[in-house]
Amino acid sequence: MERFARDSFANPTGSHRASREARQAIDESRDQIASLLGVLPGEIIFTSGGTESDNTVVFGAVRRTGGVAVTSNAEHHAVLHPVEHVNGIVVPVDAGGVIDLAALEEVLRQTPNVAVVSVMAVNNETGVVTDMKSVSRVVREHAPKAIIHSDAVQAAPWMDLAPITAVVDSISLSAHKFGGPKGVGILWLRQGISVEPLMFGGGQERERRSGTHNVAGIVGTAAALVETRAEMDTVVRRVGVMRDRLVDTVTATVGGIHEVAPRSSRVPGSAHVCVEGVENEALLFLLDQANVCASAASACASGAMEPSHVLHAMGVDRNLARGALRMTLGHTTADADIDVAISALTESITHLRRS
Amino acid sequence: MRVLMAMSGGVDSSVAAAELIAAGHDVVGVTMRLWGGESDTGCCSVSDVEDARRVAQQLGIDHVVFNFTEDFNRHVVDPYVDAHRIGVTPNPCIECNRHLKFERLSERARVLGFEAVATGHHARIIHLDDGTPRLARAHDRAKDQSYVLYTCDRDELDRTLFPVGSMTKDVVREKAVALGLRTATKPDSQDVCFISRQGGRESFLGNRIPLRRARVVGTDGQPEGEVESVELVTLGQRRGLGGPGGGPKKFVVDIKRDGEEATVVVGPREMLMTQFEVIDNIVWPVGQPDEVMGAGLAVMVQCSAHGETAPATLQINEGRLHLNWFEPHLRVSPGQSVVFYDPTDTYVVGGGIVSASRTQ
Repeated sequence: MERFARDSFANPTGSHRASREARQAIDESRDQIASLLGVLPGEIIFTSGGTESDNTVVFGAVRRTGGVAVTSNAEHHAVLHPVEHVNGIVVPVDAGGVIDLAALEEVLRQTPNVAVVSVMAVNNETGVVTDMKSVSRVVREHAPKAIIHSDAVQAAPWMDLAPITAVVDSISLSAHKFGGPKGVGILWLRQGISVEPLMFGGGQERERRSGTHNVAGIVGTAAALVETRAEMDTVVRRVGVMRDRLVDTVTATVGGIHEVAPRSSRVPGSAHVCVEGVENEALLFLLDQANVCASAASACASGAMEPSHVLHAMGVDRNLARGALRMTLGHTTADADIDVAISALTESITHLRRS
Repeated sequence: MRVLMAMSGGVDSSVAAAELIAAGHDVVGVTMRLWGGESDTGCCSVSDVEDARRVAQQLGIDHVVFNFTEDFNRHVVDPYVDAHRIGVTPNPCIECNRHLKFERLSERARVLGFEAVATGHHARIIHLDDGTPRLARAHDRAKDQSYVLYTCDRDELDRTLFPVGSMTKDVVREKAVALGLRTATKPDSQDVCFISRQGGRESFLGNRIPLRRARVVGTDGQPEGEVESVELVTLGQRRGLGGPGGGPKKFVVDIKRDGEEATVVVGPREMLMTQFEVIDNIVWPVGQPDEVMGAGLAVMVQCSAHGETAPATLQINEGRLHLNWFEPHLRVSPGQSVVFYDPTDTYVVGGGIVSASRTQ
C-alpha cells in the first residue's frame, strides 16, 4: 500500500508502463478479495466506503426498475436514510434486534414491485447477527425479482462472508472495519444483476462506478482482508473471551448492567450494554478522560450523541437507552486494555450513580 | 480551577475561554446542542459548533458536545408555544439560560468534577460587604445581559464565571483579533435561535398550534381591521394591525379571548399607561428581602432585554407581589420577565413574570 501512496503516481487507466503497474495492483487486489468472498473478480466494485456501496444499491435498484426499496428500522443510516429518501418501506425488528420475518413476508406479499430488500448482516450498534439465509428464503419466495442486499460492514472482521454471498445478491464492506484504510469500500454485485450507477464519468469499474481508483487504498484493503481472514478463528476466540470478561466483571462489580440481546446472537467484538441510572454522555466524558474510547449510539453532524434508533426499534426502555454504551473490541485489543476499561468503567459508573 | 467553558461558537465565549486559560485554569470547552430542528439564526447550527471546536483546538483545550435537545424542547420550546397559545409573551432566552445553561449544564459539570462553569455572557458577579454574591451589570452597559440571567441562584453564582463581563465588547473583539480567533468578526446573535429567519414566528407556531384570525376594533367597538393570527399580537403593538393609514397612532390596548372568538382592541398610547403590575413566578436569588412584606422595597426595574430601567417599589399585597411605578409606566405584556435591580441599578435583587391577571 505504502508504495502506491508514496512512489507510484500513475493512474491505473492510462496505457503506459507506470499505469500498467497500478492496474495490476488493483487487479490482484480484486482477485484476492473475490476469492475470500467466494465470488467472481468481475463482481467486485471499489467505492469510497460502506455508505457509497449501500447508496449505490438502494438508489440504483429503485432507479433501474422504478420499484420499491424495503429495509428494517434498525439498519445503519447509510441504508435507512436512502430507503426513506425514495419512500421505501421500513419493516420492524423484533426485541432481539433481528428483522421480523413475518412482517417482512407480509410487506413483500402486499407490494408487487419490490426492487431491493436490504438487511444488515451484523448490527453496528448491538452486534446482533441476522441469519441471511432465512431472510433470503422469504425474499426469494415472495419477491423473486427483488435484489437482496446486505450491509455486511460489521460482519467482515468476525465471520466468513462466503456463506452470505451464497444467499444474497450484493453486499457492502468498508475497509477500515477490518484494519484497512478509511475511505475505501467494496460493493459486491452478483453477475447478471445491474443497478443504475451513482457516479458517471470515466466509466471505471465497468461503467458501474466512475472515478479514478484509490490505488493505495485498494491495495491496503485487500491486504487487510487477507490478514483478517487468516487470523479470524484465533481472533474470534480470543476477543470473545475478553469481551465476556469485560462485561461480566463490570456487571458483577457495579450491577445494573443490561445487555439488549444475548451474547450468543452477537459478534464477539461487541460489548454493547445499557448502564442503569447513568447518562451515557457523562459516562463517555469520564471514560474519555481515562483514555477509554467508547461510543453510545451514533453522532450527528455537530458531534453530539443522538438517541439510538436501534434501541428504539428494539423497544428498549427509553430511560435505560439513555445509559447505552457501545464498546468495541478488535484484533488489536489486549488483556491489559480490558483491565484499563474495567477499572475506568467501574469507577465512572460508581461515581456517576453517587453524584 | 477546573472549569467547564460553555462555548457557543461566538466571539464572547471564544475570548472567555482564552482568558480562563491565560489565568491558569484547567479548561474544557463544551458546546450544547439545544435545538434539533432547522435554524438559520442565533446559535446551535453545525457551523457554530464547528467555530467553537476550531477555537478550542486553536487554544489547545478539549472540546465536547452535549446533546440537550430533549431538555431544550421541554423547558424552552414547548413553553414558548404554550405561551403563544394562551396569549402571553414568552421570553425563551431567559428560560434557556435558567434551565439549560445553568441548571442542566451546571449539574452536569458538578457531576463530572468541574469546580465552575463559565459562559461568555456580559455580566459580573460581585460580592457585597456581607459576602453574598450578586449578579451585577456588565462593565459594558450596552451589552449587559444580567436581565436574561436573573434566575441564577446563590449556589449557581458561587460556581459560575463570566470572564468577559468586565470588558467592553470592543476589547473582546480586539482580544479575539490579537489571538487570531476565527470568531473575531462574527456578528452578535440577535434572534430566537429556533425561529428561522425565512419562516419566522408565524410558520414556526403555525406548524404547532392553530393560529386564529381576529377582528381589530377601536375602544368604541367600531371595526378597524383584521389580523391573521391573534397568537402573534402583543400588548402595546402598533404595526401590522390591518388598520387604515393616517390618523392618530393606535396601539394594542387589550386582547380579548372569548372561546374561539378573539378581538384585538386598539387605542391611544395613554390607555397603556399604568401605575402597577402584578408579578408571578418570583425569584429572589439570595432570599426575599424583608421590605417587600413591610413598607416596600425600592428598586430599579427593567422590562425587556435591552430596555430602559424605571424606579418602583415592590410590596406583597394579599399574597401577591405588586410592582408600583413611581411614575405612570407603559404596561408590560403578560408573560414578560421584569428584573429588579438595587436602587443604584448595579446588581440584581430579583425578578419575575408579569401576570395575566391584574386583579386580586
